[in-house]
Amino acid sequence: MDIFNNLFPGLYDWINALLHDWFKGAMPADVESVLVSAIMALIVAISAILFMVLMVLIMIWLERKNAARIQDRVGPNRVGPYGLLQPIADTIKMLIKEDIVPTNADKLVHLLAPLVAMAPAVLALAVVPFGKGMTPVDLNIGLLFMIAVGSIGVVGIFMAGYGSNNKYSLLGGMRGVAQVVSYEVPQVLTVVTVILLSGSMSLVKIVDAQGGWFGLQWNILALPVGLIAFVIFYICALAEVNRSPFDLIEGESEIVAGFFTEYSGMKWGLFYLAEYFNFFIVCMFGATLFLGGWQGPILPGWLWLIIKTYALVWLGMWIRMTLPRFRVDQLMKFAWKVLVPVALANLLLTSILIGVYNGIGF
Amino acid sequence: MPIDFLPILVMIAVVAAFAAIALILSGLTGPRRPTRAKLEPYESGMPPFGSAMRRVSIKYFLTAVLFILFDIEIIFFYPWAVLFRQLGLFGLIEMGIFILILLVGYVYIWRKGGFDWD
Repeated sequence: MDIFNNLFPGLYDWINALLHDWFKGAMPADVESVLVSAIMALIVAISAILFMVLMVLIMIWLERKNAARIQDRVGPNRVGPYGLLQPIADTIKMLIKEDIVPTNADKLVHLLAPLVAMAPAVLALAVVPFGKGMTPVDLNIGLLFMIAVGSIGVVGIFMAGYGSNNKYSLLGGMRGVAQVVSYEVPQVLTVVTVILLSGSMSLVKIVDAQGGWFGLQWNILALPVGLIAFVIFYICALAEVNRSPFDLIEGESEIVAGFFTEYSGMKWGLFYLAEYFNFFIVCMFGATLFLGGWQGPILPGWLWLIIKTYALVWLGMWIRMTLPRFRVDQLMKFAWKVLVPVALANLLLTSILIGVYNGIGF
Repeated sequence: MPIDFLPILVMIAVVAAFAAIALILSGLTGPRRPTRAKLEPYESGMPPFGSAMRRVSIKYFLTAVLFILFDIEIIFFYPWAVLFRQLGLFGLIEMGIFILILLVGYVYIWRKGGFDWD
């Protein structure tokens, strides 16, 4: 098991040593080390993209199969065993579709929107600790970076809504911005609870603080505050990535397809990719912040992280098939009048509890 | 350390390249048969009426302003939360006062109907 645990760090060290060998003496030492880290960053980035594509393909299959089972259907079962190759077939279909750009759309904004929506999700992957020593970039402000990067995605949604020059798109885009921005506030607030519990903003340290005691030190088990914080975080996560019951920016019964009404072919595919991977990423952060991250027995750490992430992903799919969609005024009211005060009270309670636990005066 | 952010810069470049490759590939493989009706903005089959780039409801701007206000306030919690154990009772009381001031504004907005969508 040790080999699997250290598979990626080992590989990293090996390539690193190989590159250092390669450049030996060819240039000054400081230039060489920057070059080596740049090449390593390139390798990490390409693996991140591959990881994203793989995870999204699995999620699409899981979502369709899951939805089918809940509705008492069979779901995709024609392409490959259990329909496993269905997402790949869909991707190929998307590639050979015509790319339609409306005549009076803002061409540049229309083109850039899917990229702006997709890039932040991949960037957020950079700070996730996948295991001991397996963090692509260990920033000391990892948590802040994750929140900051996560909120760039909404710019892509707005660009798509505005650039399409279509009334449905614009409505969807505006709603999207209002919704994401409103749920950002309780989410950012509830994450402070995690910082309080762990005493650090580095994701590596947050995960380390949750190790030991066979999972009893997970932040979600810091009752009652951890559980409340997790519930708020998860609700906000669903809203941030526009999943049902908060999917009214693409509510097909009122505004066609919302911000991507005018998108087709691979541009639409990139939006689809962004939507699913954003959901995966917030679930991954939920697992990292509240469910102990990569900590777990027997299996290697990165596998534990993926298992926990998929547990949260599956919960989201279950909720999607169960609950009806919110109305827009209920949505805003819920964020500002319920989640914000509860998150604030929870934060205060956490600090008081930590104070009492450590003895007032500390 | 600025060098810590090098991998993130590289990542941005790689993501952009990935998106560009996907779009170029679809441009090469996809058909291109534009007709006038196909390129019109979609309006449920009706002829498009006017431009979509018009003024939008004030509600959205209000939400944006609220977001900026609250997000800036909340960012102050972050350094406090990291240092909470070192600040001790002083930190607790000070943050209590901060939240109290925040609550005054919050209640004011609530009473003024700033959180009501309709």
